[in-house]
Amino acid sequence: MTQLVKINLTVNGVQYEREVEPRLLLSDFIRHDLHLTGTHVGCEHGLCGACTIILDGQSVRSCIMFAVMADGSTIETVESLGTPDHLHPVQEAFMEKHALQCGFCTPGFLMTIVDYLGDNKNPTDEEIREAIDGNFCRCTGYENIVEAVKLAAQKMAAHS
Amino acid sequence: MKPAPFEYYAPKTAEEALQNLTDLGYSGKVLAGGQSLIPAMNFRMARPSALVDLNKVAELAYIKPTAEGGFAIGTMTRDNVVEHDASIRQKMPIVAETIGYIAHPQIRARGTFGGAEAHADPAAQIPALCMLLNAKMLVKRKGSERWVNAEDFIVGPFMTVLEPEELLAEVVLPPLAPRTAGSYKQVSRQRGGYAQAATISLVSLDDRNKVKDVRCVLFSVGETPILSKYAAKVLVGNDATTEAIADVAAYVAKNECDPGTDLHGTAEYRRQMVEVLVGRSLTEAVARAKK
Repeated sequence: MTQLVKINLTVNGVQYEREVEPRLLLSDFIRHDLHLTGTHVGCEHGLCGACTIILDGQSVRSCIMFAVMADGSTIETVESLGTPDHLHPVQEAFMEKHALQCGFCTPGFLMTIVDYLGDNKNPTDEEIREAIDGNFCRCTGYENIVEAVKLAAQKMAAHS
Repeated sequence: MKPAPFEYYAPKTAEEALQNLTDLGYSGKVLAGGQSLIPAMNFRMARPSALVDLNKVAELAYIKPTAEGGFAIGTMTRDNVVEHDASIRQKMPIVAETIGYIAHPQIRARGTFGGAEAHADPAAQIPALCMLLNAKMLVKRKGSERWVNAEDFIVGPFMTVLEPEELLAEVVLPPLAPRTAGSYKQVSRQRGGYAQAATISLVSLDDRNKVKDVRCVLFSVGETPILSKYAAKVLVGNDATTEAIADVAAYVAKNECDPGTDLHGTAEYRRQMVEVLVGRSLTEAVARAKK
């Protein structure tokens, strides 16, 4: 008999109650059970950062958590950020600064940066590089991502 | 890449967790932050048949000042909570400096202080930090508890003195003597990556700037973190001169570490790096202790 565990959690403002196998990774729960496929699965062992989500206010790797560990928590995924008509300032900045090419890593970067800029309004280049050191991008060479974070910080300051 | 099935237990109290571990014996394994265990399970390098998840045991996550002036850290305290604790930063800045080198912010948000210690990865920062600070481990099992010194806690790569029924419940960091400072140095291919070699030093000076006590820990260059005996032998009671530090660094690199070779660096390279890092971290710790 497969053990099933009941979990309750809030994802992008919607409350879910589901029964899951304990071994189900949170990343797979988000993608396959909730059909929120914006969260990407890259290395699946915590190195690449593509699966980064915001859990109870902090960016974390969803591929090295079990869904059962997220019981009772509040999650934001990339789907929570903006719509094509109303992009989030970080998404706008990524578009304007060409901070993506293939886009696979982008959801993870966005969630990392949204979390980071929430606490750090005016980061230096060095601090930005530190903040994104847990996310891999194999297309851009990172320069434009750093530029986008700077622009996003300005946009967010202007909005507030 | 998906983990193999396992039985899942989610106790709400420490007592319940200890009961689970007693009942499960050798088939039970503790799930703390999961930042090392779950990747290993994704690769199926680890296939525990039952997990006791401590993430709902709120009573195991705390930082309390001790009567002696140190800190007691509950095993489930997240790395970034220890890293940003204002009181620890003020009294033991080497703790935040060291934790800042653990992987990435996302990992430090989930990884736990006790989990990293009990995992005993030879390349991990927290076991080396505990050895550096002469930490005391509170080990509990149902109905009893014992204290283990950091130097005795880890017995090999990924091996500790913990019995299957036991839980590392708390780590106590004793207070530092006056005029004590530390310094962390590592060589790694990228920030947040595993170090090819790493050193943390802690130096206490007396009123005349002579070395009162010194602890120099190497890691990622042997099966466990290594506390240099030679550093204390040569430096205690003396001035930490450039020559004395160079002598310690050369001796430690030659005789007190046991690095391996892999595609990121040969044993010879790592030995050379140990010499460089020991020199730099002792020099910086001395300079900071003088301030």
